[in-house]
Amino acid sequence: MRLAQKGRRVALAGLLLLGGVYVRALAFTPVERFQGPAQKIFYLHVPAAVTTELAVILVGLAGVFFLFLRDPRLDRFAEASAEVGTVFAAIVLTTGPIWGKPIWGTWWTWDARLTSTLFLFFLLISYHVLRGAVTDAGLRARYGAVLGICAVVLVGFIHLSVYLFPTLHPQPIVLRPGKPGVPPEMLVTLLMSFGVFLVLYVGFVMQRYAIALRRDASGHV
Amino acid sequence: MRELLGQAWVVARKDLVLEFRTRTALLSAVVFTALVLTVFNFGRDPTAVATIDLAPSILWVTFTFAAMLALNRAFQLELENGALEGLLVSPLSRHSLFLGKLLANLGFVGVVEAVGLPLFVLFFNVSVGPVLLPLIGVIALATVGFVSVGTLFSAMVVRTRFAELMLPVLLLPFLLLPLTYAVQATARLLAGRPLSEVSGWLKLLAAYDLVFVAVATLLFPHTVDE
Repeated sequence: MRLAQKGRRVALAGLLLLGGVYVRALAFTPVERFQGPAQKIFYLHVPAAVTTELAVILVGLAGVFFLFLRDPRLDRFAEASAEVGTVFAAIVLTTGPIWGKPIWGTWWTWDARLTSTLFLFFLLISYHVLRGAVTDAGLRARYGAVLGICAVVLVGFIHLSVYLFPTLHPQPIVLRPGKPGVPPEMLVTLLMSFGVFLVLYVGFVMQRYAIALRRDASGHV
Repeated sequence: MRELLGQAWVVARKDLVLEFRTRTALLSAVVFTALVLTVFNFGRDPTAVATIDLAPSILWVTFTFAAMLALNRAFQLELENGALEGLLVSPLSRHSLFLGKLLANLGFVGVVEAVGLPLFVLFFNVSVGPVLLPLIGVIALATVGFVSVGTLFSAMVVRTRFAELMLPVLLLPFLLLPLTYAVQATARLLAGRPLSEVSGWLKLLAAYDLVFVAVATLLFPHTVDE
């Protein structure tokens, strides 16, 4: 079976599972006491945010290894991961305001966490813009690796800074010192959603990788 | 280490001599800075917003735009007549080439800032006298941070399409962070807050500088080698 086909199947399975997670989220997970049904978007928003960060970190790691090994597969993977990351970042930036409007009363605020996600989105966009502006394949791969590494370092800095500014955004509830701050039903739904987003990530990356593979094989830019 | 810095200085001196002999780029960057400051003066309602509230943002937006202009030409210069190839085959290490370019850019941006700061004080009637030294410290730290990333990126963008547009697109996400730190520090300095409130931001700026000068120096060889 070809890679693109496999990727499509994995992504399709991911989408079906996501449907399943939402059946569980809507019908079998308790409604949050203060936020009501608006909180249900949490099962999309948080896993998408985590997957975006994962995608960016993998772009950076692939970049580091590419500069040492010069293996075009790593570059194709970085390209694919960055693009899928951009889509997930867009999901975060769309679901966030949809939740923010009823809960905060505003679509957008220049809060550190919101701004840092926007940063990440811009970084990913500029990564694609840079790749699109280089015609030579070898140069494009190296530039992509360099920018990817810088981006990961910057994301680390942004994470440090986020804690320095006052924030409206809910604080982490799962990965924090002590016990997770959510009831077990919600936690299970959230973890399932994390798993599903990973499946989606893998499926999308496989398909995007297949496109890059075809382009490289055809010799066109 | 000595050799590295010695070679870097040779590259920097070459660029700076070139710059100060032609003066076109430097002069246009200085005029640009003055113009941006003037535009800001007309872009606000002085009766509605106190200058002191806007001043840090004005200063830093002006400096970043001026730096962007300066960085665009850092490697453009070397494209003419294949001068970059000449530099690459010369017995210079790649790291000292980068550090040299970085130093030259810092010199260039430093001159622009040295003209911009008095103009800013003059135009917006901000008193910087008592905090001049810490303010210069903030400016120096922030400048090192974004010029180091900018120098790395300017080496990349010269070989892309739409190079002039590409640099701001790549660089702005990286500028926002030191810019935020610098604006926070400047605002506190200008408001006459104690230095202890500023030191945290200075430490962050210094950390940003250390990390990005190191990362950019290490990555630079990959952007120029064939």
